[in-house]
Amino acid sequence: MPTPSPTPRRRSDWSEGALAILPVAGAALPFGVLWGALAAQKGLSPLEALLMSATVLAGASQFVAIDLWAHPIPIATVVVATFLVNTRHILMGTSILPKMEAIPRRWKPVALFFLVDEVWALAEKRAREGPLTAGCYGGMAAMISVAWLAWTTAGAILGTGVGDPTRYGFDFAFTALFIGLLMSFRAAPGFTLTVAAAAAGSTVVHLVAPGPLAIAAGAVAGILAAALRPARREDAA
Amino acid sequence: MSVDPLTLLTIVLMGLATYSTRVAGLFLVSRVPAAGRVRNALEAVPAAVLTALVAPAVLTGGIAELAAGAVAGLAALRLPLLAVVILGAATAGLLRAAGL
Repeated sequence: MPTPSPTPRRRSDWSEGALAILPVAGAALPFGVLWGALAAQKGLSPLEALLMSATVLAGASQFVAIDLWAHPIPIATVVVATFLVNTRHILMGTSILPKMEAIPRRWKPVALFFLVDEVWALAEKRAREGPLTAGCYGGMAAMISVAWLAWTTAGAILGTGVGDPTRYGFDFAFTALFIGLLMSFRAAPGFTLTVAAAAAGSTVVHLVAPGPLAIAAGAVAGILAAALRPARREDAA
Repeated sequence: MSVDPLTLLTIVLMGLATYSTRVAGLFLVSRVPAAGRVRNALEAVPAAVLTALVAPAVLTGGIAELAAGAVAGLAALRLPLLAVVILGAATAGLLRAAGL
């Protein structure tokens, strides 16, 4: 019979979460700095860049917003584009919430504010290995937020002269991270079908209209395929 | 250091738009039944979203992205996540530097 651990886990959960996402926070450096520099070139002050990172906390939509930024600001266009790029979070939140049982009810709206792609993906992985504790989630959220605020503000202060991170493969660090996390779900029922449908859906739409629509289309295709697949007894296990 | 009022307004609206997508699950998740097709659909969300995030970049990027995606996928069968990230990014970086 295994001995239950007598030590409270609260503190180590925080550092465990922070450590789990540390490589991601590091890999975000070139992108944060690049985004800050682009924001500065569009006329945002470092304080405004910091405010946007702290309020939105979503890299992809921040890049799109800065791309659309002009004077006067096309407010409606920027806000609608931000919403469209972030619609994938609706699915992420719906998926992770049932696994947040260890997080107190009143903290869930706070936790969801920090549902960055990478936090979500790591939280899903964590939830399959054991209970997703508030400490672990908090550690991941705090680490990635502090890093993103620091990198983007630094970029806005540095301004121009920042290189293109895709030249060195930094962009692929995130792709590889998501592939690694994706593969950790490979034992799930209907995995191959879901992946095939999502890959086909997102790639076809991407070829026609690159952008957030491709992510949404791929996600919907994969989810529909999973919903429509013939039910089998062993799936209940 | 200055904050322009219209810039601040845009930032706040962007924040609200983003938060609405993140918090929406709170209002949706109670409607999810415990079993059946809707449940299957919800359980497929992680794999479907992760695939949709990476597939266009890997499948339409070029030889470097295709190879790096394959390396990451194979590495994930055996190696820890950090090694997967490093091997994948290094493969993409090296093959791009080689002009692929």
